[in-house]
Amino acid sequence: MKPQHTSRRGFLKAGGSAGALLALGFSLPAQAGDVVLHKIEKTALGLELSPYILIDDTGKITLLNPRPDMGQGTYQSMPALIAEELEVSFDQIHIIQTNGQGKYGAQLSGGSSSVRTRWIPMRKAGAAVREMLIQAAANKWKVPVAECFAENAKVIHRPSGKSFPYAELVEEASRLEIPKEPKLKDPKDFKLLGKNIPKPDVPLKVTGRAQFGIDVEVPGMLYASIERSPSIHGKVISFDDAAALKVPGVKKVLKAERAMPHLTVETVAVVATNYWAAMEGRRKLKVQWEKKDPTYLATDTYSARLKELAGKESSDFAGNKGDFAAAYAGAARKIQASYETPFAAHAAMEPVNATAWFKGDSLEIWAPTQGPDGTISELARYLNLKPEQVKVNVTFLGGAFGRKAYLDFVKEAAFLSKAVGAPVKLLWTREDDMTQGPYRPAMLSVLEGGIDAQGKITAFHHKIITESIQEQVFKADLKGKADGWTEEGIGEKDSPIEVPNIRRSYLKARTDLPIVWWRSVYASTNVFGHESFIDELAHAAGRDPLDLRLELFKDSPRFVKVLETLAEKSGYRQKRPAGKAMGIAIARSFSTICAHAFTVAKTKDGVKIEKVVSVIDCGMVVNPDNVRAQTESNVVYGLTAALKGPITYADGAIQQSNFHNYPVLRLPEMPKVEVHIIDNQEAPGGVGEPGLPPIAPALANALFNLTGKRVRKLPMELNG
Amino acid sequence: MALTKLTVNGKVYSVDVDPNMPLLWAIRDVIGLKGTKFGCGMAQCGACTVHLNGTPVRSCSTPVSVVKTQKITTIEGIGTPDHLHAVQQAWIEEQVPQCGYCQSGQIMSAVALLKQKPNPSDEDIDTYMQGNICRCGTYQRIRSAIHKASGLLQEKKPVKTTPAPVGK
Repeated sequence: MKPQHTSRRGFLKAGGSAGALLALGFSLPAQAGDVVLHKIEKTALGLELSPYILIDDTGKITLLNPRPDMGQGTYQSMPALIAEELEVSFDQIHIIQTNGQGKYGAQLSGGSSSVRTRWIPMRKAGAAVREMLIQAAANKWKVPVAECFAENAKVIHRPSGKSFPYAELVEEASRLEIPKEPKLKDPKDFKLLGKNIPKPDVPLKVTGRAQFGIDVEVPGMLYASIERSPSIHGKVISFDDAAALKVPGVKKVLKAERAMPHLTVETVAVVATNYWAAMEGRRKLKVQWEKKDPTYLATDTYSARLKELAGKESSDFAGNKGDFAAAYAGAARKIQASYETPFAAHAAMEPVNATAWFKGDSLEIWAPTQGPDGTISELARYLNLKPEQVKVNVTFLGGAFGRKAYLDFVKEAAFLSKAVGAPVKLLWTREDDMTQGPYRPAMLSVLEGGIDAQGKITAFHHKIITESIQEQVFKADLKGKADGWTEEGIGEKDSPIEVPNIRRSYLKARTDLPIVWWRSVYASTNVFGHESFIDELAHAAGRDPLDLRLELFKDSPRFVKVLETLAEKSGYRQKRPAGKAMGIAIARSFSTICAHAFTVAKTKDGVKIEKVVSVIDCGMVVNPDNVRAQTESNVVYGLTAALKGPITYADGAIQQSNFHNYPVLRLPEMPKVEVHIIDNQEAPGGVGEPGLPPIAPALANALFNLTGKRVRKLPMELNG
Repeated sequence: MALTKLTVNGKVYSVDVDPNMPLLWAIRDVIGLKGTKFGCGMAQCGACTVHLNGTPVRSCSTPVSVVKTQKITTIEGIGTPDHLHAVQQAWIEEQVPQCGYCQSGQIMSAVALLKQKPNPSDEDIDTYMQGNICRCGTYQRIRSAIHKASGLLQEKKPVKTTPAPVGK
């Protein structure tokens, strides 16, 4: 990697004159989202030299992946977008991860946003370079550009058959203007996009050679483990480190801190020459923590508070229609139900960790972070450095699911390195991970529906009561207004159900338990209530639940197509033998629609999940196999949250600490999963999360059909 | 601290560590082989699985002192990118890994399973592999990959054991 960086700098210094390397890209606004994508297409291409593509004169082609890979597949998808247009294949490229610098645009892996926000810009970067290389070849041959084309990392002159490898065109191309509107390939000519291309990280990951954060080694580094208050919010009154310091290898014990967005808490860190010694020293510490009111963060208290708020007035989301209150009051039948979802831990397999090296006037950090750019800005602010004084090296992430976008851990490592004057690798234990948060916020969904005499749904209200991540983590002050971030999966755009009087509303319920995004975020909790209630309405109205949804989504053809495909692939319309039942749910989140059909069966060992059939419409696809993999993944992650947990805080501490008392789905519990992808040319949607929200309600709806019992609280008991 | 000899992937290492140190940390921090992962520290997740004389153990809960002369095999000793083990090959063909963090442990367990049961049923796989957690949920592909690896291993066997046909 080093030679490219050196030669690229040389090229840039040469100001675009004769150089050995071509480095091109485009600028992106800091916050790339759906809305911004439009702006990118219009204005932002090709004005700034920004090295997403590095081609040197030896023929080495390096593509930069701007989105950390936590298993969702960006290590393949991002380079594929460039490579497709650049006309190179995966065995001809090297892939490196961007380092958080502003020139790479927004680099947060989150919100299932990578492909949907980068689909056009990354391809344009590849296409611009391809056009420059073709122009360069045409110039060298003195032939018309139209006679030349690019293929397999070469430019070929069609009439004569002669060719130049890209390496030989770099110098000429570097003198050319970057095309502002390069022509993108017709999807029918795609060689990589839409194909099942093996992921380039897989061989590394099956041989133990992929580098995760935990694997980083820096010469002279020390290892740290941090003792934390069981209450999460405790203050250190005093600590006795005599026994800890006697552990061979322990170098130092010090009071440290964990800076969370909503508050900074005190901790005691043990720094040693190896991690085991740090943990041994930590076990021998005696820390006296300030006693907290045990009900302060208690989840039972919070749950009671959510129920208390259920009857209180809430704030409307945008897009409400008609007059819900009047229609509900006048409905022939009124149905009301509440659904509760608990706090949940991410429990990524790689516990959070970071290796920091504070060098006086700069900091270098190696971390499995979801947000390289956020890591720079937060560390700079925390240490009072300029962003250019912070260097971030992003490793592979051993799972993240939102946890590794919460950057307390990089600050902890930086704090320790600064305090001990050496590079420090901080590693959380599994117990730290589960007992300290952050967590998915708990939620209460209150639903009301009115049905007329003909069985039509005439009134519908979904009120969600929860804490605002935007307020606790991002310091927004919404002043009691509905938090637009929280309507994922059920808002007007995500759930375009045709009900004449429809209201969606929000009520904040504050908690100081640390919270953050958790795979599919609010959609993971909202949709459980929403889609369970649609099912309840169908049963109350004497309608088939799938038919009712077809009617509710009748003006949304993509929803209809997903539902019809689900019915066909799952055999929904066929009669099932006694002791078997099917339930369905559908949701749109992160610009993708996904529906599941669960088959459940009564067996001699109790109720079993036999099969899950999933249909996903995520628009155009980079890698169908990865769409299947992510959907399978969402089934497992969603089932764990539906069936296991919850995270509870009682008697001044979180009650779960490791996989023995916070179990997760294991292989024997894995149902057969079949994934069907809708084939269309729509703009790409997200893939890493949208499979999750409909999991719990589809299972709950199946259970109702099997047992007649309605699940309104997660986790659920299959044999409850 | 005590000087101990550990044989890892056929190579002998002299390490000076606390005999209570779990093998995991000796392998990772002292010997420097990073493929074996830390997931839970209490033998709940299987990310740290290595073989002692061919038998899978959770290295996070195995003190260095109990290893003695037993031969340790880690993911690095199973196969390399150029010489993949059939299980690794099958893992690639089925595109099993997502984040990949648990997969060293999954593969170590699968290799041991196939030694014990060359033709495992789904039930055999479920039972044997239940100690290995994957939060990305690659379980369905792990099942398929183990069946595939079983086939690959048996395809290879006749090549080694059947004499070359004569007279053709």
